[in-house]
Amino acid sequence: MSIDVTGRPAPATDAFYNDPKVRSFAYQIALGVLVAVLVYGAVTNAIEHLERAHIASGFGFWDQAAGFDISQTLIFYSSQVSTYGRAFWVGLLNTLLVAGIGIVLATVLGFVVGISRLSKNWLLAKTAGGYVEIIRNIPLLLQLLFWYNAVLKALPEMRDSIVIARGAYLNNRGLFLPQPVFLHGFGVVIAAAAVAVAAAVVFTLAARRRQKHTGKRLPVAAVVLALLIGLPLVGFVLKGLPLTFNYPEVGRFNIAGGVEVLPEFAALLFGLSIYTAAFIAEVVRAGILAVSRGQIEAAYSLGLRPRPTLRLIVVPQAMRVIIPPLTSQYLNLTKNSTLAVAIGYPDLVQVFTGTVLNQTGQAVEVVAITMLVYLTISLVTSLLMNIYNRRVALVER
Amino acid sequence: MTMSEGELAVAELHFVRDRAIAPQPPPASMTGALGWVRANLLSTPFNIALTVIVVALLAWVIPELAKFLVFDAVWSGADRDACREAVQHREIGACWPFVWERLPYFVYGSYPIPERWRVDAFFVMLALGIVWLLWLEAPRRDIGVVYCFVVLPIAAFILLHGFEAIGLPVVDTVLWGGMLVTIVVASVGIVVSLPLGILLALGRRSHMPTVRLFSTLFIEFVRGVPLITVLFMASVMLPLFVPERLEPDKLLRALIGIALFASAYMAEVVRAGLQAIPKGQFEGAMAVGLGYWPMMRLIVLPQALKITIPNIVNTYIGLFKDTTLVFIVGIFDFLRAVEVARIDPKWATPVTSTTGYAVAAMFYLAFCYGMSRYARAMEARLAAGEKR
Repeated sequence: MSIDVTGRPAPATDAFYNDPKVRSFAYQIALGVLVAVLVYGAVTNAIEHLERAHIASGFGFWDQAAGFDISQTLIFYSSQVSTYGRAFWVGLLNTLLVAGIGIVLATVLGFVVGISRLSKNWLLAKTAGGYVEIIRNIPLLLQLLFWYNAVLKALPEMRDSIVIARGAYLNNRGLFLPQPVFLHGFGVVIAAAAVAVAAAVVFTLAARRRQKHTGKRLPVAAVVLALLIGLPLVGFVLKGLPLTFNYPEVGRFNIAGGVEVLPEFAALLFGLSIYTAAFIAEVVRAGILAVSRGQIEAAYSLGLRPRPTLRLIVVPQAMRVIIPPLTSQYLNLTKNSTLAVAIGYPDLVQVFTGTVLNQTGQAVEVVAITMLVYLTISLVTSLLMNIYNRRVALVER
Repeated sequence: MTMSEGELAVAELHFVRDRAIAPQPPPASMTGALGWVRANLLSTPFNIALTVIVVALLAWVIPELAKFLVFDAVWSGADRDACREAVQHREIGACWPFVWERLPYFVYGSYPIPERWRVDAFFVMLALGIVWLLWLEAPRRDIGVVYCFVVLPIAAFILLHGFEAIGLPVVDTVLWGGMLVTIVVASVGIVVSLPLGILLALGRRSHMPTVRLFSTLFIEFVRGVPLITVLFMASVMLPLFVPERLEPDKLLRALIGIALFASAYMAEVVRAGLQAIPKGQFEGAMAVGLGYWPMMRLIVLPQALKITIPNIVNTYIGLFKDTTLVFIVGIFDFLRAVEVARIDPKWATPVTSTTGYAVAAMFYLAFCYGMSRYARAMEARLAAGEKR
């Protein structure tokens, strides 16, 4: 019994609605019902709307003829015979292409800028800082529009193309490069390259084991480089140089042959890489700063020189901090590639969520598929990330 | 004690200095500007090479920028002839008269001219609210919070949209545009995403499985897809999901998309803050008999939000930049206004696009850089307590 000091009746703490279990059960039921009602309402409304607008539902449109052109196709696609499903794959591949190359460029630029920001060279550090501050604070969409409309579209017309080298032209319709044509016998070169990679791996492992046992080091970098370049080159020469180029021919209004890099692609690639590099630079800087000074001093006092210290002590520890946010920057880059729609690069959103949606009117299916694709990319990446994280995480005692 | 004659003589004849000589000045090459340059720019051959490369880069970029923005720029004129090389017979930089003429359009879009004072009044009220909240010595900041999160949204809606009963004609949102829309979208995102984000973060850490499931699903789903698809969903699918008479107008749909998107990101920021609060704080609050909501309101959230302020501001910066994406679903924001103005035949010159983008870049840079400075100052202020 509690002692009643105030003279007021004790609060009814034992009433059934004060039982935490009952309460939480009631809250959850209420939330479940609310969500169910919302979903039910949305679904019935959607069905009613679609019926009234005579829009078919379901995924039947996937196999229908698309009937529109796409300016960049990595796989065979033709507006006459290809289906909406084919258009989806074309768009997805274009997204993956720009994201893949963009990730490589952004990583290189981001690491360079991030390390520059920590340089002892005052001018370099400040310039890198200025780059990060300016690029991070201007919307990506504005940067894309700038690259596309103000830079690439302002290049000379087809007739006055800038000639970079023999067979390489730059104009406001894109960059035109010679296309390599592989003749009979080029397979030998590829086989030689495969052998070279295998040999390089074996040699590296052997050299590592030898260093562990004897402490003696072999010139790994030189040998690996010689293998990787030398073997394919020998094959190439022995087979009688089985490679020619298909040079683009400049006409008055058109360029025939060669490889074409669309200005839309170039603008998207520049914009995404430059923008994401600013964020990667910050990630890299934070990662390097996270390695405590004592680690470096300890390495020096063991007699390691600055470069081995960086390679063996700083980088492995910094990478542990850098990799998780770096992955999320890669994901951001992939998601930001959807801004392609603003400059007309045929990525997944432009082709599928744009043109296909407009032609079929099947908003629910099309938007759902698009979201599913990006969700899959995100979830697979974070799954791989978690596996990696578990491997490198500090084992604390 | 007295000293003998001999001892005194030795003391006077000592060979050791009893006074330090004045220190010599350090070598001229190690101090002052020269020393600084040597240490910071020219310490090693590699460093010298870096300095040369950076100087070359800056010597190329900065004069070009200055020439374009100031020295070669056109400052007055009536139409495109003022900014054309063929007419002016000189190199032409930025075309500022184009900006002067289109400035009202950049700010208000197509908002009816006699009603534009309402937009100005909104800007003033907003500025007041921002200063009240962000200036830490401002009086009665608790009222400021109520003003910003309750009074301002209602007043702004009445002012901008109109309310016939008090004599303000309704201005359809189709006519809104320019900076007005950018600022409205950003403010709505900011005002909605914080409370919603806190709720979602609490939901994700809740002990109730259903609440946790729905919160986690929402957060992970929205964070896993690009903002454009969320905006597409809001603008294309939302009208399908609601009864026809409730169909939201175009701007409102984009606002819903942006607000939901920002909330999911805000939820993760707040969750990080909640995780940083030691368990003892929760247990202490429960031990003194606080229920769930009083515990959160009085003990946990004040501490958690305080340490997350820099990250919250960073999310707001991202949100402010993301407002440009409403452009893609056909809303007339500032960037769209620039996009439309730059292809106006009256001002069609080779430099018009670049001038327009330069103005847009300065606008976003000013806002975002301002916010990031504030976040950094806040961070330093909050870290002051941790330093000993």
